[in-house]
Amino acid sequence: MGLADKVQEVFHEPGCAKNLGKSEKERKKGCSKQLTPGAAAGGCAFDGAKIVLQPITDVAHLVHGPIACEGNSWDNRGAKSSGPLLYRTGFTTDLHETDVIFGGEKRLYQAIKETIAKYNPEAVFVYQTCVPAMTGDDLEAVCKAAAQKFGKPIIPVNSPGFVGSKNLGNKLAGEALLDYVIGTQEPEFTTPYDINLIGEYNLAGELWQVKPLFDELGIRILACISGDARYREIASSHRAKAAMLVCSKAMINVARKMQERYGIPFFEGSFYGISDTSFALREIARLLIERGAPEELKTRTEALIAREEARAWARIERFRPYLSGKKALLVTGGVKSWSVVSALQEAGMIVVGTSVKKSTAEDKERIKQLMGEDAHMFEDLKPKEIYRMLVDAKADILLSGGRSQFVALKAKVPWLDINQERHHAYAGYEGMVELVKEIAKAISSPIWSQVRRPAPWEIGSG
Amino acid sequence: MAEVVSSQKACMVNPLKMSQPLGAALAFLGMADAMPLFHGSQGCTSFGLVLLVRHFREAIPLQTTAMNEVATVLGGLENLEQALVNLKQRANPALIGVCSTGVTEIKGDDVEGYLKLILNRHPELAETQIVYVSTPDFKGAFQDGWSRAVTKLLEQLAEPGRCIPNQVNLLPGCHLTPGDVEELREIIEAFGLKALVIPDLSGSLDGHVPKMEEFKPTTLGGTTLGEIRASGCSILTLAVGEQMRPAAEALKAKTGVPYVLFDRLTGLIPNDEFTQCLSEVSKMPVPAKYQRQRSQLVDAMLDGHFYFGGKRVAIGAEPDLLWAIGMFLSEMGADIGRAVTTTYSPVLEKLPVEEVVIGDLEDLEAGAVGCDLLLTHSHGRQAAARLGIPLFRLGLPMFDRLGAAHQLSVGYRGTRDLIFALGNLFLEHSCEPTPETWRHHVGAQTEAG
Repeated sequence: MGLADKVQEVFHEPGCAKNLGKSEKERKKGCSKQLTPGAAAGGCAFDGAKIVLQPITDVAHLVHGPIACEGNSWDNRGAKSSGPLLYRTGFTTDLHETDVIFGGEKRLYQAIKETIAKYNPEAVFVYQTCVPAMTGDDLEAVCKAAAQKFGKPIIPVNSPGFVGSKNLGNKLAGEALLDYVIGTQEPEFTTPYDINLIGEYNLAGELWQVKPLFDELGIRILACISGDARYREIASSHRAKAAMLVCSKAMINVARKMQERYGIPFFEGSFYGISDTSFALREIARLLIERGAPEELKTRTEALIAREEARAWARIERFRPYLSGKKALLVTGGVKSWSVVSALQEAGMIVVGTSVKKSTAEDKERIKQLMGEDAHMFEDLKPKEIYRMLVDAKADILLSGGRSQFVALKAKVPWLDINQERHHAYAGYEGMVELVKEIAKAISSPIWSQVRRPAPWEIGSG
Repeated sequence: MAEVVSSQKACMVNPLKMSQPLGAALAFLGMADAMPLFHGSQGCTSFGLVLLVRHFREAIPLQTTAMNEVATVLGGLENLEQALVNLKQRANPALIGVCSTGVTEIKGDDVEGYLKLILNRHPELAETQIVYVSTPDFKGAFQDGWSRAVTKLLEQLAEPGRCIPNQVNLLPGCHLTPGDVEELREIIEAFGLKALVIPDLSGSLDGHVPKMEEFKPTTLGGTTLGEIRASGCSILTLAVGEQMRPAAEALKAKTGVPYVLFDRLTGLIPNDEFTQCLSEVSKMPVPAKYQRQRSQLVDAMLDGHFYFGGKRVAIGAEPDLLWAIGMFLSEMGADIGRAVTTTYSPVLEKLPVEEVVIGDLEDLEAGAVGCDLLLTHSHGRQAAARLGIPLFRLGLPMFDRLGAAHQLSVGYRGTRDLIFALGNLFLEHSCEPTPETWRHHVGAQTEAG
């Protein structure tokens, strides 16, 4: 299937309610808004594909393109590994002018050969980028030839940057897994407690905050797609009994197609927030029981939830003296626009506003439930507006992604990273306690009173 | 002395190199009220943006023409036009620096021609200076992009004029940090000279907190357009780094301002030459402060040389930085065990080492076995850990340390502090002898070395 057809297929996602509400014409345009030149932000489809697949730790990720694609971006993500570190090695064909003129297929083949000879990876994922897509390098053909020759899986990831947004790239990476990886191996054994987590990347080690919960319940994560994953786990993930689509619709195509092809039921859930974590555990137990796991799993799950929730609330309560009455502004997207709100409220904080740029109607409904009918929901907050709000002391802390970090810091207001580049893990019950603790730490730092002091010589003149 | 060889591998592993347009963008970021604009797919911009944000820990103004597949095939005129109009409306920059990328170069977009059309159609853009530089991703490296952007800025904007006797130009290479640039400016000013710094990262990316009214979406400080225009009135141009020769030449050709090129300002001898030059141009004696600093550097060399002598170092850096740091280490008594760089430069052949490899961090790591110290950017951290030797972070990106913008390595004072920083690393990692240390030497054959 050609790339254009693949993109259309991905846009035609029947698992996505938002997509189904669109007309045929709208759907053709895809799920990403058309970008505005000169006012665009965010990564490309190649970036999106890399985000999804890079966490597979024991394979080589080889980028077929000029230096910009890998040279400017490698080893810049916080997906953690409990074992192999090969995924953090940057491989690229570093295309030069001659490769542009004469084609880069030979160089790519040679590069795969070198990579296998030197690093002996479980598999090689080969990423297409804009330049060889334009010059017409046939990625699939090279990968096929190399796979035959070297007897290893060589996976073409056809998601050059200019086909669209990061989100589209996430989906195209999922398609590569569906077409070339999932179902190609068998697990050594199976249990009635085997699940897949889809769309969890183990950023800052977040998988490890929830894995102990599963371990205690005897639930085995057959494959996490793709946080801290091994190639073999993903290749044999089609034998799971149930799946959870974590936090985002980005990989819905993987979850839906695995349901269609292998009969693995899935639900959408999140590990951000206490009630969400509990909901996720309940859903997993429910699905596993439906698929034949003993009924008693439910009782054990409820006992664990009751114990862990009580523990988490008690620990969050301890931060009340530091946080009571403090105002937080949330500038993030989607699920996180509401999933952390209840934890903040429990610690005594007031959420003065939340951005809903990437949120669905469902998300907005949840915000209203939590924050009341007149909750401040912002569609699009410009940096200058955020800056103004912070300077005017409308908020005591900004919780956002790295993009608005300096808006807060230059306004001399505490800031906490709650998006993908963060270094702290905020998943599960542990994570929510951690988040509240980090907020308390940021707000009570002794620097704020110092940095806001005007210089002595500025006082008189003001 | 050195032979420059290119790595013959088909697969680059652990890149040392970054792309040309990113170097050009950084040059534009040293201009006041500026906005660099990548003519390419949005990913080109977003990767570069993240890299610079992590290095400088500052907001980085950088925009994209957001070329999608269709626009790439049909040509990018409309995207470029929309981007310029939107930038004008939203950010109103004084300067927009347009950098081409791989996709738009392959398509063959005639950006110069596009710009003429766009300026005709949009009189409102007349007040914004637009400078275009061709920087395909598949050629050259970061340093080349910087060099080309500065050259283009001067070619397009500098104007010949009446000589201003105490005014000089300073053209710093991209291997100098904002802290380095600030240091050089202070030294120049101490001789009663006024320095026009082009581009001036010390004004824009030195990490400062702007006043409330200064908060804006473009660069917060840097060289003004007026200063670039006035560079044609200076008595002399001081260019730092071989990469700045084309820019200095271009300025000379256009305005007649002569130049002196210092291929490095790390180490005693080059700083003596620099200081002497300033003294001659300004007809002023060397201020006591710098005589004192020179003496401190000499003393640091005396104190420090014990720890540098015989040490083997492996350096991965862009040519001018490799040259500056490699020569300095060599002059302190260390041996360069391995030298890897990103792109060709005439300085490479002069390095006191057998070969310089144009390659990647895999080449550096392979050649660093048996070395005492690794010097490269933050991506060297994995290699250093595997080799079990310390890493001195050098150049861009430096994302896992604070203060990248203020790391100093030029001037007497900067060299002095560099001796201390490196010497302390050697001291920290010196091995304590044990009863076993010399055992295998006893009775060993001579070929064991």
